[in-house]
Amino acid sequence: MAWKKVKIGNSEFEVSSTHYWLAILGAIALIVVITLLMSFYTVNANERGIVLRFGRYHTTTDPGLRWKIPWGVDKVYKVKVDYQYKEEFGFRTLRSGVKTQYSRNQFTDESWMLTGDLNIADVKWIVQYRIDDPINFLFRVRDQGGTIRDVAEAAMRFVVGDRSFHEVLQTERREIAEVMKDFMQETLDKYNIGIKIQLVQLKDVHPPGRVRDSFNEVNRAKQEQETAINEASQVYNREIYRAEGEAKRVVQEARGYAINRTNRAEGDAKLFTSVFEEYLKAKDVTRRRLYLETLEDVMSKVDKKYFIDKDLKGIVPFLNLSGTEVVK
Amino acid sequence: MKTRIIIIAILVIVVIAFIADGIYILDETEQSIITQFGDPVGEPVIKAGMHFKIPFIQKVFVFDKRLLEWDGAPQEIPTKDNKFIHIDTFARWRISNALTFYKSLKNEMTAHSRLDDLLDGVVRDEIANHRLPEIIRSSDRQMSILEVEAVGVDSSRIDDLSIKGARKKISESIVKHVQDKLKELDLGIEVIDMKFKRIDYNPEVQEKVFDRMVSGQKRIAEKYRAIGQGKKQDILGKQDQRKKEILSKAYLEAQTIRGKADAKAIKIYADAYNKNYESRDFYNFMRTLNAYKFAMDTTTVLLLTTDNDFLKYLKSPK
Repeated sequence: MAWKKVKIGNSEFEVSSTHYWLAILGAIALIVVITLLMSFYTVNANERGIVLRFGRYHTTTDPGLRWKIPWGVDKVYKVKVDYQYKEEFGFRTLRSGVKTQYSRNQFTDESWMLTGDLNIADVKWIVQYRIDDPINFLFRVRDQGGTIRDVAEAAMRFVVGDRSFHEVLQTERREIAEVMKDFMQETLDKYNIGIKIQLVQLKDVHPPGRVRDSFNEVNRAKQEQETAINEASQVYNREIYRAEGEAKRVVQEARGYAINRTNRAEGDAKLFTSVFEEYLKAKDVTRRRLYLETLEDVMSKVDKKYFIDKDLKGIVPFLNLSGTEVVK
Repeated sequence: MKTRIIIIAILVIVVIAFIADGIYILDETEQSIITQFGDPVGEPVIKAGMHFKIPFIQKVFVFDKRLLEWDGAPQEIPTKDNKFIHIDTFARWRISNALTFYKSLKNEMTAHSRLDDLLDGVVRDEIANHRLPEIIRSSDRQMSILEVEAVGVDSSRIDDLSIKGARKKISESIVKHVQDKLKELDLGIEVIDMKFKRIDYNPEVQEKVFDRMVSGQKRIAEKYRAIGQGKKQDILGKQDQRKKEILSKAYLEAQTIRGKADAKAIKIYADAYNKNYESRDFYNFMRTLNAYKFAMDTTTVLLLTTDNDFLKYLKSPK
């Protein structure tokens, strides 16, 4: 009707009438397209869509392309139900990868805690959790992240508070993680937060800051103890092996001596016996011959010889020569 | 005609406004109360969804339905055994009755300040009524403590660690106290849980504990070193003993062998030389002659008289 009215003008009004209708159609199409676009949403593979209709929980949708009533009637929250969330305590990962970087900041407020024997330990740990019940997770607790961190800190201190410093550092690490996990789960269930704790893991457990050096010194002292013992053992082995060798040498030398001694004795005895047998055959001559030969030999060796007449005893009065053959 | 269109348009707008103000939507996380000319009317609306009210006359106040956070400011409290500790607590609470909450507290900020007063007071009372080990520990579980690490807060004395821990009981008792008081005060809020987030020594005590730990460790280190040195000396001593044992045993064996050999040699000589008078005499003679050969050399001075047997022909051929 409207186009007929505008007809009372110049000749160009016919074209503008089609434009008029096209414009209205276009506007309607635009609204339809926007409505359609608002009506669809995607739920990713590890998510669930929680649909509220007029603010009230209506349904949970699985992954895929989903439809909802647009224009604020349906509201969709997407919750990553299959995702492993991780919270770090006492340290922060800046960038994870092949060579993970950690923040240089110290989080001693988080990590220093009292042990049951009233010492202080520096405990770093992680908590991994999953959203177990997306409806509870979304609607039962405000500040879910803060709640998880608060409970984790309280739980860790609760468990560490009942164990000695020595146990926290060494013997009870696994047990602490387990008890702590149960404690956290129990508390979070009480809050109805819809979270399942998957894993609690103790990372570094140290003596705190300025005490750490003295602990390292204990380790060094242990090493020194080992070194001292090793050194002594080395000396022991070296000296004992040498002594054993020396002992063998001493014994062998003695055996050599024995063989030498008896062989020589036998040799001497054989020589004597042979000579003696011949001597018996011509005793006097042999005796004299042996005597003279020996003296000849001796005399020829001696440079200074004085032969003195037996009746001239006064020549050398300081010498008592009677009966003496040789005086050195 | 133009005025009619305008009137109709105004009417439509008014109707839409009435409908829009008469409807309100509550989220799953919300609850509300309705007031009429400033006074609350009816019960609180808790259920999520679309709700109606009288437009313009009634007003909606929306509150949170969820568990809400409360984080206490860390405070320094002396324990029963007079140790100053820093205590940091947290609690979780909720608006249990929106109507009384609206009447008594109006908003979360005032609620927080009321909770501050209440919780801080009760925490202080409970802490002051317990000794430090009771607050830290939660059972009477037997701990394995290295002797040198047993720590007294003031380094002279070692605290009695055998008393039963009550950490859980203390926080439960705090919650109970606060719950009772809240019921009494009827503020429309309830505390679900309270826990100690952190319990630390105050800085001066902490330094003392560190000193104590350092000196304890130094003692352990010294012990290890001393043990090492002791063992070293022990091994060296054993080494010396063993060495002497080995060598002396060898000496014993060697001397025994030599002795036997000497004995055997003596027997051999005796057998050869000691057959009869003749042999003894001959041996004596031979051995003496042999001795002359070795007894004299070029430096020897010989003085002989002519009655010597060797020289007897020097004076006469007879």
